[in-house]
Amino acid sequence: MPAVTETIETVQAVTDSGYKWGFETDIEMEFAPKGLNEDIVRFISAKKNEPAWLLEWRLRAFALWKTMAEPRWAAVKYPPIDYQDAYYYAAPTQKVKPKSLDEVDPELLKTYAKLGIPLREQEILAGVEGAGDTPAEGRMPIAVDAVFDSVSVATSYKDRLAKDGIIFCAISEAVQEHPELVRKYLGTVVPQGDNFFAALNSAVFTDGSFVYIPKGVRCPMELSTYFRINAKSTGQFERTLIIADEGSHVSYLEGCTAPMRDENQLHAAVVELVAMDDATIKYSTVQNWYPGDAEGKGGIYNFVTKRGACRGARSKISWTQVETGSAITWKYPSCILQGEDSVGEFYSVAITNNYQQADTGTKMFHIGPRTKSTIVSKGISAGHGQNTYRGLVRIGAKATGARNFTQCDSLLIGDLCGAHTVPYIENRCATAKVEHEATTSRIAEDQLFYCRQRGLTQEDAVGLIVNGFCREVLKELPMEFAVEAQKLLQISLEGSVG
Amino acid sequence: MLKIEGLTAEVDGKEILKGIDLEVPTGQVHAIMGPNGSGKSTLSYVLSGRDGYEVTGGTATLNGVDILAMEPEERAAAGLFLAFQYPVELPGVGNATFLRTALNAVRKGRGESELDAMQFLKVARQRMKMLSMSDDMLKRGVNVGFSGGEKKRNEILQMALLQPSMAILDETDSGLDIDALKIVADGVNAMRGPGFSALVITHYQRLLDYIVPDRVHVLIGGRIVKSGGAELAQELEAQGYGAVQAAA
Repeated sequence: MPAVTETIETVQAVTDSGYKWGFETDIEMEFAPKGLNEDIVRFISAKKNEPAWLLEWRLRAFALWKTMAEPRWAAVKYPPIDYQDAYYYAAPTQKVKPKSLDEVDPELLKTYAKLGIPLREQEILAGVEGAGDTPAEGRMPIAVDAVFDSVSVATSYKDRLAKDGIIFCAISEAVQEHPELVRKYLGTVVPQGDNFFAALNSAVFTDGSFVYIPKGVRCPMELSTYFRINAKSTGQFERTLIIADEGSHVSYLEGCTAPMRDENQLHAAVVELVAMDDATIKYSTVQNWYPGDAEGKGGIYNFVTKRGACRGARSKISWTQVETGSAITWKYPSCILQGEDSVGEFYSVAITNNYQQADTGTKMFHIGPRTKSTIVSKGISAGHGQNTYRGLVRIGAKATGARNFTQCDSLLIGDLCGAHTVPYIENRCATAKVEHEATTSRIAEDQLFYCRQRGLTQEDAVGLIVNGFCREVLKELPMEFAVEAQKLLQISLEGSVG
Repeated sequence: MLKIEGLTAEVDGKEILKGIDLEVPTGQVHAIMGPNGSGKSTLSYVLSGRDGYEVTGGTATLNGVDILAMEPEERAAAGLFLAFQYPVELPGVGNATFLRTALNAVRKGRGESELDAMQFLKVARQRMKMLSMSDDMLKRGVNVGFSGGEKKRNEILQMALLQPSMAILDETDSGLDIDALKIVADGVNAMRGPGFSALVITHYQRLLDYIVPDRVHVLIGGRIVKSGGAELAQELEAQGYGAVQAAA
């Protein structure tokens, strides 16, 4: 029908220009020479004024990386990456490290304002009060660490958090100010030689966030890091380390965007979480890297290693991710459940539209007795998108009474996309209980028509149905971000039905 | 007022509607009766704009506006409502969210202000009370796990909320026990008035005992072969469609 063709065309136009975060900031940058070798590793370490032990650590990682090969087991296809044809360090030129926001380059401030990321503390409050139908007292301010290419440019609410003994700063700063903590934990959850991309990150990581929550402290606000790739031909290699000491509690959110470019850019991050006795870490991600255009040109290659160690008894680590961006997503946020009665959770929504490919899932290692894990994965494929859930549940011999519940649901929109589920289960304990459920469904024509007959537009109908499909995951997100994520899902799927 | 003239339509290249002429004046309730495969459901889908139901000729206007050129959602905003024979399940979508989204979409289309969650709940609760529906229907997923009767009542609730000027009820009586049938009929009768008209599509005369129509039309083989007053329904029940068909 002509009306349908018209809808497709309109929607295509929207999709092509639909990535609202695709602008570029024109700012004076400092680059390391292109390519990767020991000198570059030394250059980065020197730039960061790092102690000798850390340079050694990096060089060991680099040596390991050279012996490793890119993993090829994931269900993603991409041309070979030339690791010598990229910049490994790019930072806005700054004479001295800014002491307050007033000293930060106004171009950078403008960038974050444009992205809707509040850096000024008073602005955060003002924004919250004006935020609409939710009463202001129901909302908490959010502390933000802003990472621009290779460096952290600002961190808000540091002083306020310090009153509770909480450390929230750029990891490069933590290396200077709290070397004992960084040295004690860095690489203990994701070792340098863990995998190809983790080794690369360990050699050349430039910045990222560091969080330490002391014993018994409940972090009074959401902590978040906002990652922005800006420079051309530059990889981003950030490293995040979060330590929750005994009985503490923290909720952390990560967001990310990048300019629209024809080239593919590499993002290889490492996130390490450590939870001691009775500690809880909730880590939420809204990943919105540039996905490439409707023909599959450009976009971020997102090769990320995220892992949390539940070291203490009754500790809990909960991963929630909404993956809408990137040309390729390769990411398996995992939990090592060492402490007895510790709990690991993974809630995921992954969308692939146009030519996006995602191979994502989780690994749950049950080591301690009565450890428990829950996996809820929702994959949505549209256009030519390919979406794979890959998960491992491994239950060790000593994990008596361990339990896992896994639910993987796939939703297909159109008939050119694909959904795949690859669950691995290894159980070495007779008293453990493992459950796995999986479904694949399609947005049915009758569902769309039903919604449209009730007055909803086609796009709104898809949004409503998809949000319903993802509800179990979205409700795990902090409230403010759940609304954002809902809108993002809809934008990501624009043009997927016609 | 709904006015249909010479309407022909096909599905998968097969002509199903072969020239329908029908007028439902504002304020009236008309019934369409007919055997299986006569084109009753096709007529409801053609009027509401479902994909795959191709209009090949004729016109249909609602209150003077050509609806055949509109998208389904535009027809809804123009005042057309279809109560589905098989209401569709939307897993994970809360009934309250769906009803409010639909109501606000239609209000927006009509240039009215949108209702916030509190305003909506107030209106919804009031209408639900009228339909003897319990509040927890709002908390459940749209039609998910609803019994046949609950699904149909949910359709009537949506109609009561959206306040259409023209409602098509497609075999709303199928699968209903007598109590549910009465509740549904009460819901329709409560809406009767000068600003509301309805086209009640049914197989059996039973529903028409409760929703007494102003006119009854018999649809056979894609054409309206006979029209009459409410008594025509009784006649059909007694004699069967065969007699009408033979006479036509």
